Amino acid sequence: MSNQKDFETIERNAKRRKTIRNIIVYAFLVIWAVLVLFPFYWMVLTSIKSYSAYNSEYIPQFFTLAPTFQNYIDAFTAVPLADYFLNTIIFTAATTAIMLIVTVLAAFAFSRLQFKGRDLVFTLFLALMMIPSELVVITNYVTITNWEMRNSFMGLILPSVTSVFYIYLLKENFAQIPDELYYAAKVDGTSDFKYLTKVMIPICKPTIVTITILKVIECWNSYVWPRLITDNENYYLVSNGIQYIRENGFGRENIPAMMAAVVVISVPLIVLFLIFRNKIMEGVSRGGTKG
Amino acid sequence: MKVVLQNLTKKFPGRGKEKKDVIAVNNFNFEIPDGTLVGLLGPSGCGKSTTLNLLSGLQTPTEGKIFFGEDDVTHLPAENRGIGLVFQNYALYPHLTVEQNIMFPLQNLKGDKKLTKAAMQEKALEAAKMVQIDGLMDRKPAELSGGQQQRVAIARALVKMPNLLLLDEPLSNLDARLRLQTREEIRRIQRETGITTVFVTHDQEEAMSISDMIVVMKDGVINQIGKPQEVYDEPINLFVAKFLGTPSINVFTGKIAGGKLYIGEDAVMDVPNVSDRDVYVGIRPEGFVLSESGAFTCDLVGVEVMGRDISVISKNAASEGESIRSIISSENVVDTSKKTVRFDIKPNKLFVFDKETEERIEF
Amino acid sequence: MEKRNLKGWLYLLPAIVFLGFFMVYPLIDVFIYSFEEGYNSASQTFFGVGTYNYSYVLRDPYFLQALKNTFILVIITVPLSTGLALLISAGLSSIKKVRNLFQTVYFLPYVTNTLAVGLVFMILFKQTDYTEGLVNLIINFFGGSSVDFIGGPYWAKMFVLCLYTIWVVMPFKILVLTSALASVNQDYYNAARIDGTSRMRIFTKITLPMISPTLFYLIITGFIGAFKAYSDAVALFGTELNAAEMNTIVGYIYDMLYGEGGGYPSYASAAAIILFAIVLTITVINLLISRKHVHY
Repeated sequence: MSNQKDFETIERNAKRRKTIRNIIVYAFLVIWAVLVLFPFYWMVLTSIKSYSAYNSEYIPQFFTLAPTFQNYIDAFTAVPLADYFLNTIIFTAATTAIMLIVTVLAAFAFSRLQFKGRDLVFTLFLALMMIPSELVVITNYVTITNWEMRNSFMGLILPSVTSVFYIYLLKENFAQIPDELYYAAKVDGTSDFKYLTKVMIPICKPTIVTITILKVIECWNSYVWPRLITDNENYYLVSNGIQYIRENGFGRENIPAMMAAVVVISVPLIVLFLIFRNKIMEGVSRGGTKG
Repeated sequence: MKVVLQNLTKKFPGRGKEKKDVIAVNNFNFEIPDGTLVGLLGPSGCGKSTTLNLLSGLQTPTEGKIFFGEDDVTHLPAENRGIGLVFQNYALYPHLTVEQNIMFPLQNLKGDKKLTKAAMQEKALEAAKMVQIDGLMDRKPAELSGGQQQRVAIARALVKMPNLLLLDEPLSNLDARLRLQTREEIRRIQRETGITTVFVTHDQEEAMSISDMIVVMKDGVINQIGKPQEVYDEPINLFVAKFLGTPSINVFTGKIAGGKLYIGEDAVMDVPNVSDRDVYVGIRPEGFVLSESGAFTCDLVGVEVMGRDISVISKNAASEGESIRSIISSENVVDTSKKTVRFDIKPNKLFVFDKETEERIEF
Repeated sequence: MEKRNLKGWLYLLPAIVFLGFFMVYPLIDVFIYSFEEGYNSASQTFFGVGTYNYSYVLRDPYFLQALKNTFILVIITVPLSTGLALLISAGLSSIKKVRNLFQTVYFLPYVTNTLAVGLVFMILFKQTDYTEGLVNLIINFFGGSSVDFIGGPYWAKMFVLCLYTIWVVMPFKILVLTSALASVNQDYYNAARIDGTSRMRIFTKITLPMISPTLFYLIITGFIGAFKAYSDAVALFGTELNAAEMNTIVGYIYDMLYGEGGGYPSYASAAAIILFAIVLTITVINLLISRKHVHY
C-alpha cells in the first residue's frame, strides 16, 4: 500500500506544480498586457488632464479627478487636425479604391483568362514582391517632382496604389473557384466581366474585405512617402500632421493637447480593429508585415 | 497487471442552447484480467475513445475510480502511469528518425532508472526487432509506409515495457490487406510480451478476431462484456446482435402467441414458456437450413456463390432489412427457377428480443 | 485567339502601368542614379559615370553612424522580440480562459499609428523642465539617478529605440507564433506526456522543431524589417535624426533625398543599394542556416 501513498504524493505535487505554473503564466501574460496597454492608458489620461494640471504635476498622477475636453477642442482649433483627418480619409479611400480595381482586374486575368505570356508575367509579378520599397522610392520622388505633382493628392496616391502581394492573395482565392461555374456562365452567355462582378467577387468577398482592411491600415499609418511628397500643410496626412504638431504646433510643451490629437488619430483604426478583429488577424497572419 | 474500472463516469459540459451535459462514459464497471487483450467495440461516438483517454490519464473522470492492480490511479497524471499508447494517427515525431522516436520515452527516465545511451539503443533495437522494423532505424517517419509507421508507433509504446498498452483504432489507417496482417501482429506481440492491452475499434471483425475479451458499448453504456464467441452466440440485446457478425444478423418483426414464435404468418419455432407479446427476431445468416418442408417461407431473389459457401438472398414482408441473407454450405443446390425458398431455423442461431426494450428473451 | 490575348492584357493593363511606372522603372533607374556622378536634380545633368557615389556614402560619417545604429538595433531587437514573442505565445497556448482577450490586447500596437504612439513613449521617457518623466521617477524610486532618454546619452536613446521597436513588432510575431503553435497536432503532446516527458523537454524537443519553419520565417522577416527601421526613430527623436545621432540607413536615404541636407538622389540611390545588398546577404545567410536546422 506504500505504492498508493507515493501516488498520492505524485498527485499532490502535480497539482501544486500546475497551480504554480498557471500563476507564473498568467502573471507573465498580464505583465505584457499592461506594457501594451499602458501607453494607451497614458495617452488617454494625459489628454484629459488640463494644461495647467499636467504641468504642475512633478510626479504624474495615474488618474485625474477633473477631466477636461478642452484639449480635444484645442486639437481641432489650434491646429488643423480636422484637415489632416480629411486628407487622410481622402487619401485612404482613393488609394484603397483604385488598388481594389487594379488588383481585382489583375487577379482575374491571372486566374481566369487564358492568354499568351500570362505565366511569364505572373512570375515577374512575384519577383517584384521581393523588391523593398526603399529602392524605388527615390526615383518615384524624382518622377513625381518632375510631373509637378508634389503637394497634390495625385502625387500621394499614384505610387501607393499597387501591391503585388494583394494581387497574389486574390489570385490564389479566385483560382479556387471551380471551372464548372465559369463554363456554366459561358453557356448562359455571360460575359467575362459580368462573370467577374456577379460570381467571382461575391464568392471571394472575405478575401477582398481582408485586403481592403489591410490596405486601409497601411494608408492610415503611412508616413514616409507623404513626408517626402508634401511640405504644404494643406496636404498633410495624420502621421505627418502629428510630427508637425510635435515640432511646431501648440507651442512645444502643450503635451495634453498633443495627446488629444494622438487619441483622435488612433481611435479610427482601433475601432476598425475591434469590429473586424478576426478578419484583420487572419489577414495579417497570412502574410502582412508591418512596414 | 489487472485493471479495474469502478462506476466510471465522464461528462462533458454541453454546448449549444440547452447546455445539457454530454455523458460520454456512463457508470462503467469492469475488470480487465492481467495479460489479456481487450477490445472496446462500438459505433463512433459511443465513448470508447473517452474510456481509453481515462485509462491513459489524458482525461480525468467525473466520477468513479480506476485501479491499476491494487493502486487507485484515478487522478494520477498521465506521465506517471507508466502506460504505452498508440495513437490512431501514430503521432510519430516527424523531425526524429525511427530510432530517435523509439528511444524518446527512454530518454525521459530519471534517477536510478536512467539509462546509458548504449543501453537505450539496445532496448530500441529490441523493440524494433519485435515489430520487424530494425532495418529502418535511420529513416524519418515521412519516408515510411502507413504499416511501417504503425509498427514504429507500437515499438515506441512497447520500448519502456509498459504495464498497460492502449491502442486507439490501431488499424483504421491501413489498407485492407495490411489490416489483416497487422492484427495478427498485434495479437502475436501481445502474447509474446504478456502486456495487458486495451484497444479501441469500431470494426467488430477486428475485435472478434484477436481479443480475449470484448466490451460492446453504445451511447456511453456498456452493453455486454465477454469472450468474442460468447457475445456472438449469446447477445444480450438487439444492438449487440446487430453489431456483431458479418454478414450481419437478419432481423424480423414477429410475435409470440400461444407458445409459438411467428414471423409473419409462419410459425417458425416453439417457445413454450414465453407469454404472448410482439418481438424482434434475429436470425444469423448461418442459422438457415434449406428444407423443402421448412417452416419459414421467403421469396427467392438470387444466389451468390462464394466457393465454400453459397449465399441465398431472399425477401420477406416481415424483414426489417431490405433483403435476407443466409449462408449455407455449397453442397446444397438451390433451384433458382422457383419463386420461393423454404428454411428450417437452427434454434441456437435464432434470438428473440422484446419489441419494447429490445432485450433478449430466453426460451 | 488574338482577341482573347488582347482581353487578358487589357485586364492586366492597369496593374502593369502602375507597376511599370512606380516599380520596374524606378528599380532600373536607381542603379543608374547610383552610378551618375555629380547629378544635379535641378538641371538633371551629371558629370560622369563611376562609383564615386558609393565611396562618398561609405565615407560619410552620418552614413556610418546610421549603419552602426541600424546594426545595433537589428542585433538587439530581432532575437529579443522573437524570443519574447515565443514565450508569450507559449503562455497563450497553455491557457484557455481570457485567451482571446489577451490576444486582442497584444495585437493592438499593430493597428496604431507608429508616429502617434511614439509620442507617448517620448513623453514617458523624456526629461523636461517640468518633470523627470514617468520612467525616470520609477528609476528614482528604486534609487537610480535620472537619465534623459530622449536627448541624453547614446545608450539611453538606443535603449528607448530598441524598446519601442520591440513594442511595435511584437503583435505580428505573437500572432504568427500563436497560430503556428495551435497548428501542432495535440497528439504529439499527448504522446510525449504519456511517455513522461518533462514540460521543458516537450518544448525543446517537440514544440520548437515543429514550429521551426515559422520561427525562421519570423527571424528572416524580422531582420529585413529591422534593417528598414525608420519611422520608430522619427517618432521618438523627431525628423532631425542625424543631429540626434539616431539616424538609420533608411533615414539617411531620405535625408539625402529631401529636407535640409537633401537634393542628392545619387547618394540616396547608392545608400539604398548598399542597404539592399546588406539585407540580401543577411537573408541568404539566414536561409542557408535554416536549411541546416529547419526540419521540413
